[in-house]
Amino acid sequence: MAYEKVLLARVGKESSRAIDGYVRDGGYQAWEKVLREKPEPASISETVKKSGLRGRGGAGFPTGVKWTFIPKDTRGKPIYLVLNADESEPGTFKDRLLIENDPHLVLEGMMISAYAIGCRRAYIYIRGEFWDGARILSEAIREAYGKGYLGENVKGSGIALDIVVHRGAGAYICGEETALLESLEGKRGQPRVKPPFPAVSGAFACPTIVNNVETIACVPLIMNRGPEWFAGIGRNEKNTGPKLYCLSGHVNRPGVYEAPMGLPLEDLIFGDDYGRGMRGGRKVKAVIPGGASAPMLTAAEIQDCPLDFDGVAAKGSMLGSAAIVVMNEDTCIVRAAKNLAKFFAHESCGQCTPCREGCPWLLKVLTRIEAGEGRPEDVELLLPMARQMNNGMTLCVFADAAVGHVVSTVPKFREEYDFHVAHKRCMVGAREEAIA
Amino acid sequence: MKKLRYASRESGAPFSFTAEENRDIDALLGKYPTKQAALLPVLWIVQGRVGWVPREAVDAVAERLGLTSAFVDGVLTFYTMYNLDPVGKYDLQFCTSISCHLNGADELLAHCEKKLGVHAGETTADGKFTITEVECIAGCDRAPSMQVNDRYHEPMTPEKLDALLADLAKGA
Repeated sequence: MAYEKVLLARVGKESSRAIDGYVRDGGYQAWEKVLREKPEPASISETVKKSGLRGRGGAGFPTGVKWTFIPKDTRGKPIYLVLNADESEPGTFKDRLLIENDPHLVLEGMMISAYAIGCRRAYIYIRGEFWDGARILSEAIREAYGKGYLGENVKGSGIALDIVVHRGAGAYICGEETALLESLEGKRGQPRVKPPFPAVSGAFACPTIVNNVETIACVPLIMNRGPEWFAGIGRNEKNTGPKLYCLSGHVNRPGVYEAPMGLPLEDLIFGDDYGRGMRGGRKVKAVIPGGASAPMLTAAEIQDCPLDFDGVAAKGSMLGSAAIVVMNEDTCIVRAAKNLAKFFAHESCGQCTPCREGCPWLLKVLTRIEAGEGRPEDVELLLPMARQMNNGMTLCVFADAAVGHVVSTVPKFREEYDFHVAHKRCMVGAREEAIA
Repeated sequence: MKKLRYASRESGAPFSFTAEENRDIDALLGKYPTKQAALLPVLWIVQGRVGWVPREAVDAVAERLGLTSAFVDGVLTFYTMYNLDPVGKYDLQFCTSISCHLNGADELLAHCEKKLGVHAGETTADGKFTITEVECIAGCDRAPSMQVNDRYHEPMTPEKLDALLADLAKGA
C-alpha cells in the first residue's frame, strides 16, 4: 500500500499558506476540539507520549516526556513554549519547507502544545536568514488572530495565547536550545550550563519547552488521528511516525521526502519515489546520514541502514536532523572534511577552549593536508585532537559534532589522507589524470 | 577563515530613532518580559534603515534598552548577519557549506569574485555589490544556493549568476 503523506500533504497545493485553505483541508479542528472539550493538559502529554514521537531537531528525545518535566508548581512563573526554527545544520532544509508551505500546521501544533504545558505566550525563534519564513509566519499569525485562534480569549474558551516571532541574526549555535534561549533574551547565543534544564529554568528563568518545527507539526496529526495511528508507522515502537528526510549531494533528485520512520537509506538514495540514484551513474563513496555533525558512512555501511534514531546509531553515526548528504566516487574526502571543518570553525561560539581553539586547529591541519603541504605526522594528529574536543570538557555537544567527520573519515578513508601527504596531491584527482 | 568581529565602528553621523521606530520599539517591548530581549529586533530595525550598525546606533540602542554600549557591542558582533561596515546595495551571499560545496559553490564564488573584481567580504567601488561567503542557508536541495539581500536565488550556475548580475547592475 502506498504511503499517505501527512506532513507534506499540503505542500505544493495552491495557497497552502492561507488560513482559509488550511481550514478547508480540516485544519484547526484539533485545536477547536481542545478548546471545546478542555481536556486535562496532562492527557495531551500522555497522548503524545503514547505516539512515541521523538524530537525531530536532532536529539530524538521523547516529546511527551519532555513536556512532563515542567514542574507542577511553577511558583507563579509563566511557562513558555519556544519553537526552534533555527534550522542551520548543513544539509537540512525540511523545516524551511514546512514553514514556507504550511505555516498554519506549525501554528496549530504550537497552540495545542502550549495548552498541554500551560503556556500563554509562545515564541518562534527563526533563523535570520529565513526572511520569507518570518514574513509567512507573521502573516499566518495575523490571520490566526483574525479568526480567533489566538488572543486574549481564544474562541470564547477563556484561554489566552499569544505567539511572537523572534528573528535570529546568523549563528548556527542558536539551534542548541539553551543558546537559543540566551539569544531570545537578547544575549550572545552561548549555551548554558545544564542542569538546570529549560523545563525547569529556561527563557527568562521560567519553565520552558523548546521543540523543533517538524516535531510540533506532528502534534495536530497525532491529535486528529490518534497516538496508535502514529505509533503504527515506522520500524518499531522506539522509532515511530512519519519522517521528513532531506536528501542532497550527488543524487539525481535531491529534495525533502516524507516516508515512514526507518526508511532504508538505500531506498532514499536509489528509490524511484526518492533520489532516483546517483547523477551520471557514479558510485557512492560516502554518505553523511544526519547533517554535518553526523559521522560519515562508507558505501558498504549504507546497506541495511534504516533511517531512524536506532538504525543509524547502530552504524556508529546518528540520524540527527535527517539530512542525508551523498558523495560520489569523484569526491575528495579530505576536501569534504576540510569543508566541514570550515563550517565548525566559523560557527564555534567561542565559550569553551577545546572547541574555540580545536575547531580552527582542525581546519588548519586539514587545509594543510588538502593543499599537499601536510607533514607526515599530520594525519596522526587528527584523531588525538578530536579526542581532546569530544571528551565531555565542553558545555554543549557542538565540539562532539565538530569532530564527527574526523573520527569517521580518518579511519575509513585513511588512504586518501596518506596519499595527500605522500604525493602532495589528491588521490581522486590523480586517478582521474591516470584515466585521462 | 573567520573574519574577526571585535566592535562596532563610528560612522561620523549622529543616530537617533525616528518617531515610527520608537513606536515599533514600544510595541516590541510589550512582547517580552525584559527590555533586553528586544535587543536583536531593535538591532534589525537599525540595520533595516542604515544598512549596517554603526557605533552611534549602538549607543542609542543601549540607552533605549537600559543596557551598556559594551554589552550591545558584544551581542552585535556575535551575530554574523549584523553588518559592522556599510555593504553594497546588493549583498550577494554565497553558501559554501557541504551540499553546496559538492555542487560547485566554491567555483561559483570564485567566478563571482573574478567577475566583480572583489573578494568575499569586500564591496565593489561603485557600492553596488558586496560578496559574502555564508554557511548553510537550508537550500541544499537546490545547490548551490545563494541569497541576494533577503531573497533566495537557487539553484545557481555561473551563467545564471552572470544574468542576475547584469540585471542588478541595470538596477532591475
